[in-house]
Amino acid sequence: MTNLKIGDYSFTSRLFLGTGKFASSEEMREAIMASGSELVTVALKRVNINDKQDDMITHIQHPGLQLLPNTSGVRTAKEAVFAAQLAREALQTNLLKLEIHPDPRYLMPDATETLKATEELAKDGFIVMPYIHADPVLCKRLEDAGAACVMPLGAPIGSNKGLATSEFLRIIIEQSNVPVVVDAGIGAPSHAAAAMEMGADAVMVNTAIAAAQDTKAMALAFKMAVEAGRMAFEAKLAPTSVHANATSPLTSFLNNL
Amino acid sequence: MTFYDEISRYNWDDITKKIYASKPADVERALAERGNVSLDDFAALVSPAAENYLEAMAQKSAEITRRRFGKVIQLYTPLYLSNYCSNRCIYCGFNCGNKIKRTVLSQEQIAIEAEAIRKHPFEHILLVTGEAPAKAGVEYLGESITTMKRYFSQTSIEVQPLDTDDYRYLMDKGLHSVYVYQETYNEKNYPLYHLAGKKRDYRYRLETPDRLGEAGVYKIGVANLIGLEEWRTDAFFTALHTRYLENKYWRTKCSISFPRLRPFVGEGFQPNYPANERQLLQLICAYRLLSEDVEISLSTRESPYFRDNVMTLGITTLSAGSKTAPGGYSDYDKNKELEQFSVNDDRSVDDVVRSVKAHGMEAVWKDWSLYMQSSQIGA
Repeated sequence: MTNLKIGDYSFTSRLFLGTGKFASSEEMREAIMASGSELVTVALKRVNINDKQDDMITHIQHPGLQLLPNTSGVRTAKEAVFAAQLAREALQTNLLKLEIHPDPRYLMPDATETLKATEELAKDGFIVMPYIHADPVLCKRLEDAGAACVMPLGAPIGSNKGLATSEFLRIIIEQSNVPVVVDAGIGAPSHAAAAMEMGADAVMVNTAIAAAQDTKAMALAFKMAVEAGRMAFEAKLAPTSVHANATSPLTSFLNNL
Repeated sequence: MTFYDEISRYNWDDITKKIYASKPADVERALAERGNVSLDDFAALVSPAAENYLEAMAQKSAEITRRRFGKVIQLYTPLYLSNYCSNRCIYCGFNCGNKIKRTVLSQEQIAIEAEAIRKHPFEHILLVTGEAPAKAGVEYLGESITTMKRYFSQTSIEVQPLDTDDYRYLMDKGLHSVYVYQETYNEKNYPLYHLAGKKRDYRYRLETPDRLGEAGVYKIGVANLIGLEEWRTDAFFTALHTRYLENKYWRTKCSISFPRLRPFVGEGFQPNYPANERQLLQLICAYRLLSEDVEISLSTRESPYFRDNVMTLGITTLSAGSKTAPGGYSDYDKNKELEQFSVNDDRSVDDVVRSVKAHGMEAVWKDWSLYMQSSQIGA
């Protein structure tokens, strides 16, 4: 399978992980290792970025694992830009998961503020990975604004409802010149496999693993599903449902000519 | 249009009758709902008819909570700044008629309390006062929030209701969220419990969450005090209030608490409508089925046994190691006589954390960074 490139980073694994909701930092670390993921988010509101001993940060520091600071909690582009700059300095990475959702219930991304922040952060040298609605036009606008990839949602965050936006995801994948990472809503390995078969470049998963009974086994199940889906995509799926029909009632007259 | 207009469309007695008339079929219909339940369904879930469905309610509530919030419990602790109060509320230890020693902490004393609290990893602090603007007014609260920023990432308050501009001022100082409890939504009987003081103004208190929403605070905590009036009906109105706030002030989170008066031997206010632990759990589950997203908080007023057993069933937030007297953290023995109420779960913070872990969950101390807040970055 091919590697995935986002900015100057190259990833073998196409499974990205969120780090919230786990029963303990140890369990989180084990799940990450089992998943084979090379990119994990770190919620800026949850960690002390300047504390070298921060429990969560120490548990995800590992060779081969990139940290992806996440701005979840901010309501505006200005707040996001400020948080991003602090995170870059403290965590020594220019990767940024841009999340601006002023709605604390469904955590719906604010398209206007996200576009504004992407423009500013990309100019400032960040590798911006914006979390957004499955809106094909917005994805093109973000691409123009300098986003390193787009991260459209499959369903509301934490809902485990799968690819509720699949019709729009197809359009986004078809049109995009930057990697498409399906973020949010993926609730089962089969959803992840479906996204990868569709041609998504990667998927981001958190709740489905963290809230599972056996998080480590579920992480491994996702690893396998993502690999299977990607492999199937690269192998080019056989065409489906070409009507096999022995007789050709409309064209058989040609045989008599 | 405020919540006062919204609640005026409902009649207390009609809602009470409606709740008591709920049938098992109504409860079953509510339980079959796939998303958040309607207020009609909520009425069934807090009815006596739902008591036979408590196990099913608990299972559904536990499942939703785990999916939405994960295997975590947020921890915070209250810091009492002052026990001066000009209100005469018949159920409260700070009642101005009570001949007790009064104090208001200076910023130096608050810092000493904060240092004592920070021996544990707390990052969320709740500042509490009685209602005495001359002793602990808006400016004092602003200074206290500024002091807190040296120690904590998130500062909430539970103080007298304020005007919208006062809340904006405190947001500029770094305020995150505000808890203000209506005590009872029974407007007719509200004055029976609030004999004197500014708190006697039912409407001003009721509209406080509207002013908070206008000011853009991050979280509003609502509740009724269980034991004053028919708690099932009060729960309905707390639910109505929550839904109103969630839909109108969509940038603000809501939180629900369950302060409960228990019958006790001796003099003092006895609850008119006591609720037992079973019924308290029924309430917790009903609120979770009402809103997947609402924070549900349980204080140290409840026993270790109850808190331990319900922490996986719908709760998102626990206080721990709480002292309800100003100065209680740095010198409890000296300041014990100042306390608002004696806590029922007096376990150490470490013990509560051990219990959270034993229930397969992680204790989360930090869930906010001040630099994510416009007012703190000059944006």
